[in-house]
Amino acid sequence: MYAQLVETGAAETSEKDREFQEKIDRGVRIEANDWMPEGYRKTLIRQISQHAHSEIVGQLPEGNWITRAPSLQRKAILLAKVQDEAGHGLYLYCAAETLGISRDEMTAQLLSGKAKYSSIFNYPTLTWADIGAVGWLVDGAAIMNQVPLQRCSYGPYSRAMIRVCKEESFHQRQGFDIMRQLCQGTDDQKAMAQDALNRWWWPSLMMFGPSDKDSVHSEQSMKWGIKQNTNDELRQKFVDQTVPQAEWLGLTVPDPDLAWNEAKGGYDFGEPDWSEFYEVLKGNGPCNRDRLAARNKAWDDGAWYRDGLIAHAEKQQTIAAE
Amino acid sequence: MDSLVTFCLRMGDTTLILGQQTAAWCGHAPVLEEDIAFANMGLDLIGQTQLWYEIAAEAEGRGRTPDDLAFFRTERQFLNAQLVERPNTDFAHALMRQYLFDAWHLPMQEALCESGHEAIRDLARKSVKEVRYHINRSRDLIVRLGDGSDESRAKMQAALDALWPYAADLMATDAVEETLAAQGVLPDLARVRRAFEAETAATMARATLDIPANGHARTGGRTGIHTETMGYILAEMQQVPRSYPDARW
Repeated sequence: MYAQLVETGAAETSEKDREFQEKIDRGVRIEANDWMPEGYRKTLIRQISQHAHSEIVGQLPEGNWITRAPSLQRKAILLAKVQDEAGHGLYLYCAAETLGISRDEMTAQLLSGKAKYSSIFNYPTLTWADIGAVGWLVDGAAIMNQVPLQRCSYGPYSRAMIRVCKEESFHQRQGFDIMRQLCQGTDDQKAMAQDALNRWWWPSLMMFGPSDKDSVHSEQSMKWGIKQNTNDELRQKFVDQTVPQAEWLGLTVPDPDLAWNEAKGGYDFGEPDWSEFYEVLKGNGPCNRDRLAARNKAWDDGAWYRDGLIAHAEKQQTIAAE
Repeated sequence: MDSLVTFCLRMGDTTLILGQQTAAWCGHAPVLEEDIAFANMGLDLIGQTQLWYEIAAEAEGRGRTPDDLAFFRTERQFLNAQLVERPNTDFAHALMRQYLFDAWHLPMQEALCESGHEAIRDLARKSVKEVRYHINRSRDLIVRLGDGSDESRAKMQAALDALWPYAADLMATDAVEETLAAQGVLPDLARVRRAFEAETAATMARATLDIPANGHARTGGRTGIHTETMGYILAEMQQVPRSYPDARW
């Protein structure tokens, strides 16, 4: 979800591949120096780097409100949260580097538009309530996906996820707390909260990726122990967890088909607009261009800084050598 | 206004406006480590602001909260040093502004650790650890980027030329500080100035940067006279609470 539609490539079936698969099936963690099929390595690089890029780009919609947070405490909490996201990006880039790709290469892929990041960050944060909704729904959906990733077959990724999950659960609570405060507030605040839910609900459901029947790479990822649950399972879990929270807040989930299904012990709900999902994925969402432009500007404007530090280090090396 | 309240606002407004300016870099810095560092410093500064405003609000005794002080005062009521309101022109300006601030803030906080006012002493003893870390970071970057490439040196020198005149406002004092010094609340501020001068002279020498020699100095922030950037900073920061004055967040 922070990584979506990750390609897996075709699976090989050599003796080594079979031994590798047996290891995975026995629940043995794969470590950086272990042999692994090329497809497994590439799939993980794609998934972990997408996840890292999502954390980096995710700073932008939330950072959009740091300077306008409505109280000192909210400002401090939001800063701490965005700082965590950048930190997650850092661990994840490090985890991906264990697979033989550098952070600079991954950054170049993000900046050129070649690498994907979660589509959710291509939606705009328009009011303060959006910061609540992003924490509550987007981080809530992220946790659904990331908790099982703590058991991912690749050791460095699974360990990074243990740390990430602890912080994400704080993020989700802070988002819900913003919504709670708004919903207990003035009529304007309640309307702001409802408006944010209306705009973020469907994009949040899309974070789990297309329906299982259309999810082409899921099967191989599950076999390799990279992915533990199907998209639809996680989406169902998210809806079942979130709807009662919305009710507690006194908000209405914007889905006319939403209904409790006693027989399955979960909610029935409507189908997201998948044509919108694919449009955003293609680069035609509300903020795709702005997000990439902001990241490119930060990188280009910072070239002198990076070059300056390298020049200083080279001077120091020359002095040390003399 | 009571001297103690004024002094606490001068301190808290300075950390708030710098925190606000620092935090704006989040997601836009030259490397991921700087995104993290700037968010972290912003967080420390906002935390320090809350402590200064708590002391100010209590001393004032008018029932105002720290948030009232941050979000419901106007340009002329803000008493921050002009340095911290100078714009995020580029990352060199952001780093230089931070360093000049740190070069004053550390000796100030160290001196306040011995204040006769208990709450201020407690605040300083807590903050000084953060401030020490901030200056270690900012000094190191000034040296590396000053004595870096031709381009990085030129950018850092341009930032120093632009910001140096405003450093004077950090150390501008009047009867407020004199009164508090006489009461034992404030230390001898001449000591802070000397520490600032020694710190910046040594660091700029290592960084191969030249401190402007013309003596040009801008002051006024401590009495609510600001530069033209200030109103925009407040407009952005205060927009939501002022749009919904009855709301709690």
